[in-house]
Amino acid sequence: MNFQFDEDQDLLRDAAQKLLGDKATLEAAHKHMDKASDYDKELWSTMAENGWQGIAIPEEFGGAGMSYLDLSVLAEELGYHYAHTPFSASIFGAAEAIIVAGSSEQKSTLLPKIANGETIGTLAVFEQSGRHDYAGITTKAVGGKLSGIKLPVSDGLCADIAIVAAQADKGLSLYVVDLTQAGVERAELRTMELTRKQATLTLNNAQGELLGEEGQGEALLDNILNRTAILTAFEQLGGAQRCLDMAKDYSLERYCFGRQIGSYQAIKHRIADMYVKVEMARSNCYFGAWALTSSEADIPEAAAVSRIAVCDAYSFAAQENIQIHGGIGFTWDANPHLFLKRMKMQEFSLGSANLWKEKLYKALANKAA
Amino acid sequence: MDFNDSPTEAKFRAEVVEWLDANATKRDPDDTSALSMFSERESPEMIEECKGWQRTKADAGWACITWPKTFGGRGGTLMENIIFSQEEAKYLTPPNIFMIGLGMAGPTIATHGTEEQKQQWLPSMLRGDVVWCQLFSEPAAGSDLAGLRTKAVKDGDDWIINGQKVWTSGAHYSRWGILVTRSDFDVPKHKGLTYFVIDMESEGVEVRPIKQITGGANFNEVFLTDVRIPDANRLDREGNGWAVSLTTLMNERMSIGGGMGMGADMLIGELNRLAETCYIDGVLGKDSAAVRQKISEYYSRMKSMELTVNRTLSALSKGGMPGSESSIIKVAMGILLQEIAAFAMELQGGAGFEFGEDSTYGGGMWQELYLGIPAIRIAGGADEIQRNIIGERVLGLPTEARVDKGIPFKDIPNG
Repeated sequence: MNFQFDEDQDLLRDAAQKLLGDKATLEAAHKHMDKASDYDKELWSTMAENGWQGIAIPEEFGGAGMSYLDLSVLAEELGYHYAHTPFSASIFGAAEAIIVAGSSEQKSTLLPKIANGETIGTLAVFEQSGRHDYAGITTKAVGGKLSGIKLPVSDGLCADIAIVAAQADKGLSLYVVDLTQAGVERAELRTMELTRKQATLTLNNAQGELLGEEGQGEALLDNILNRTAILTAFEQLGGAQRCLDMAKDYSLERYCFGRQIGSYQAIKHRIADMYVKVEMARSNCYFGAWALTSSEADIPEAAAVSRIAVCDAYSFAAQENIQIHGGIGFTWDANPHLFLKRMKMQEFSLGSANLWKEKLYKALANKAA
Repeated sequence: MDFNDSPTEAKFRAEVVEWLDANATKRDPDDTSALSMFSERESPEMIEECKGWQRTKADAGWACITWPKTFGGRGGTLMENIIFSQEEAKYLTPPNIFMIGLGMAGPTIATHGTEEQKQQWLPSMLRGDVVWCQLFSEPAAGSDLAGLRTKAVKDGDDWIINGQKVWTSGAHYSRWGILVTRSDFDVPKHKGLTYFVIDMESEGVEVRPIKQITGGANFNEVFLTDVRIPDANRLDREGNGWAVSLTTLMNERMSIGGGMGMGADMLIGELNRLAETCYIDGVLGKDSAAVRQKISEYYSRMKSMELTVNRTLSALSKGGMPGSESSIIKVAMGILLQEIAAFAMELQGGAGFEFGEDSTYGGGMWQELYLGIPAIRIAGGADEIQRNIIGERVLGLPTEARVDKGIPFKDIPNG
């Protein structure tokens, strides 16, 4: 038994920290918030040159064929450094959907371009109702033509393809949809997170290509969303760790009544609590990464506990980071609010912790039965 | 990263299971007696039973898996130790009354003792022939342990000890104790301490039970009146008692934290049973989203606990002493168990405060747990002390402003 990343993965982390430390600064994120552009294109290309997008995609489909543990390391660093690229939508979402549900032909056609960053994919599963259960999906598929409205779609403005869930004759099904076709309209959907643009996709008899068997959408989505959740949990973990580090650094910098504020127990204990929650969440995330790599049967439970723990840790860390910064933390020009908003985006785009608690309850009942 | 056993570990586990099957009875998974804490004072029969099980393990080489063979250990790895504990927990075995000896006194003697001292105390400790207790806290020195005032005065080849210790678990059945005293009142508080091993049968040692909020009496006050301890029982040098105590405390956090990862499935299983039985305003517990989500949250947090213990041990098995990181397990565990017990009682509605045999649900285990938990949050460094440790030693935040710093102990205000 070994519950840690190995030395090669530590080296990968060092390299990722260095690259992102140079390229993905919070100053750049601030500037980006006011821009209409979708994402940091320069960073996206650099990542592709380093083979990050394809790190866990099998070699036969154009990836590096490394493991999900390696991808998890990158995910955590992307979250820590607040990268604003469509990495999670394309890699944790679309690529996983294709890996889980795609035919070998679809994998051969789609994955190499996702792996080299040329194609950006995303998931377009949920709709206006905000429901994360499948009964909330009303988009129709008739003879491979899809009609309906999908929102919020992460990075939906810049994505080239989307994995769309729609109701077909035999029930819920998944489709690959080319977003550049005439039957697709996209509009920006305003959310509180301004660096990771969301979109509303309006499908009007858009051509879709079936992904997986018709009518198998629920089972496929359960699996895909569990996998997306585990990888996203690492991104959230990185964000939570960053909030902890920011709060700690500020508490050493800022003086009050003649002392560093970090010397007061009211602050010190709060930061200690942040650390405890982050470390607890880290353990559950590691469980997720391991399940994804080596133990398929544990994925439903591991995804849920990763998600529950990390939503709690990130929410606490992001909120308390602002509190510890005091007034400056409430200003637009300071950094803490970036993470508060990213935290909420990541929480709600995959369903709130309550949803995952319900999923865990069911997963445990299945395990017992 | 691999949560599964390696082939060598799997072989070791199979060996453990084979031996346990032959020497112990498997526990009914629904049996909750393992959760019982701080209820009845330990009887002599129970102590003998505990000693018997430890002896059986020692004879077969399973006691103290990580200790060197010279002291009767197995010379095994931390991972093997985890495997043994995981498997042993599935069997009906007597409570572990050896934790203070094996988990705290043993490692301290191994670190600071002379060869002679190790030979004298470690083998009998390992075999369970003698039980050990810890004489650290005092009425005026709990969180501020280094403020202790039990006095040690050199007298020829002996030391004469006077003072009072408190919260001494198992003093009433222990033969040996680890004792920290003040041998110099004229230097700052951390510098004047000296650490001893004390024979609890010495003249002048008086043990009195403390009745706890649970109604039981598992802890004691120990009064020390002109107790003579030979200088040969001093651990490390005179005045270095704080460093020795820190070794004990590090190991204490580790063994309290490490021992608490168990029982997750059992606790959650019990919560589910309540949710299938109890009603809230006419709705069965499990049909309420609030109830289901709470159970899931607690499961997730218990899982974090178990995995964090494993992660810490994984790091340790690559070398190094237990670090301050174990504080996080202790901080998270106490409050979690308190919340779970309170939630379980809440599920029971009006029956929630029934006690003992009169309890409608769970034979009173939840109420017992609820009343016992405050001890977990206070013992071995209160939650607040652990947060200071995390803040200062792990995260590097400034230390507390200390008004007693650098002042001779005798001049520090007290009351």
